[in-house]
Amino acid sequence: MNGSCSERERLLKDISIIDFTLVELNEYLDTHPFDAQAMEYFNHYARIKNQMMLDFSSRYYPLTTDTSMDKKEWNWTLAPMPWENAADPYPLACETPPMQPRNNTGKGGYR
Amino acid sequence: MWSYERRLQFPVNIKNPNAKLAQAIMSQYGGPDGEMGASMRYLSQRYATPYREVAGVLTDIGTEELAHLEMVAAIVHQLTRNLSMEEIEKCGFAPYYTDHTVGIWPQAAGGIPFNACEFQSKGDVITDLFEDMAAEQKARTTYDNILRLIDDPDVCEPIKFLRQREVVHFQRFGEALRITQDRLNEKNFYAFNPGFDTVADCGCNN
Repeated sequence: MNGSCSERERLLKDISIIDFTLVELNEYLDTHPFDAQAMEYFNHYARIKNQMMLDFSSRYYPLTTDTSMDKKEWNWTLAPMPWENAADPYPLACETPPMQPRNNTGKGGYR
Repeated sequence: MWSYERRLQFPVNIKNPNAKLAQAIMSQYGGPDGEMGASMRYLSQRYATPYREVAGVLTDIGTEELAHLEMVAAIVHQLTRNLSMEEIEKCGFAPYYTDHTVGIWPQAAGGIPFNACEFQSKGDVITDLFEDMAAEQKARTTYDNILRLIDDPDVCEPIKFLRQREVVHFQRFGEALRITQDRLNEKNFYAFNPGFDTVADCGCNN
């Protein structure tokens, strides 16, 4: 499961770009519900995003529960959370070594 | 109903911790013009508009604000990772650290806790939409103030993205206000509250 980090980041960024287009079109269409060209754009990018979400799930882990693939373990909960730095390694939770306690003794503190 | 996507709306990958900056940026989590107030404001105001387009704008912008709330939390979280006790004391982060360690908690930059009084839900669609437009500008000004405090490009890029969204949302709320006013008496928009005074004719008054 420890695939290339940069490839995963690149795919996540591509999904963000397509989804940003959809968010913009969605909010625009809310106040312009009869703009046929905007609707055409929306439908076009919505199809692309759906495919990208499925591709990401099959290669890495699901970004939504409804794109979860038939695998042995529930990758939805083992996968990294969005606030983890993408530059960090991202082993699934079951592969993570046990946490070491922080050692702050002797550093700063009110003495 | 909501569903969750396990990714940020815009990537946040900060290399260097900075507790001083975290203290300023957390205002956009739980401060007077922050994303928590924004999302709760729009999602709460939806019920008072008789117009579906306006309810749609409030729903979708309110939802996007939840994504922004998560981005701001990610920025504050990454800015406070791996802090030493010396840095916490030196950067003036000790008061926050005392109560929350480096957990995320909604408060303003000055330490005032989040409060529902940061926003209104007045039950009058025109009143609410004017507040929403002002709220977007106040949040935009706050992001401008934050940008003047930043010299780290890792922090600058997501904050610039969030600032730009305030500008777009101001535009959408302006259109929602126009839609509302177009359907009211043009000579006196404030003659009545369309969410309260106009009752749908159900036939029972005949």
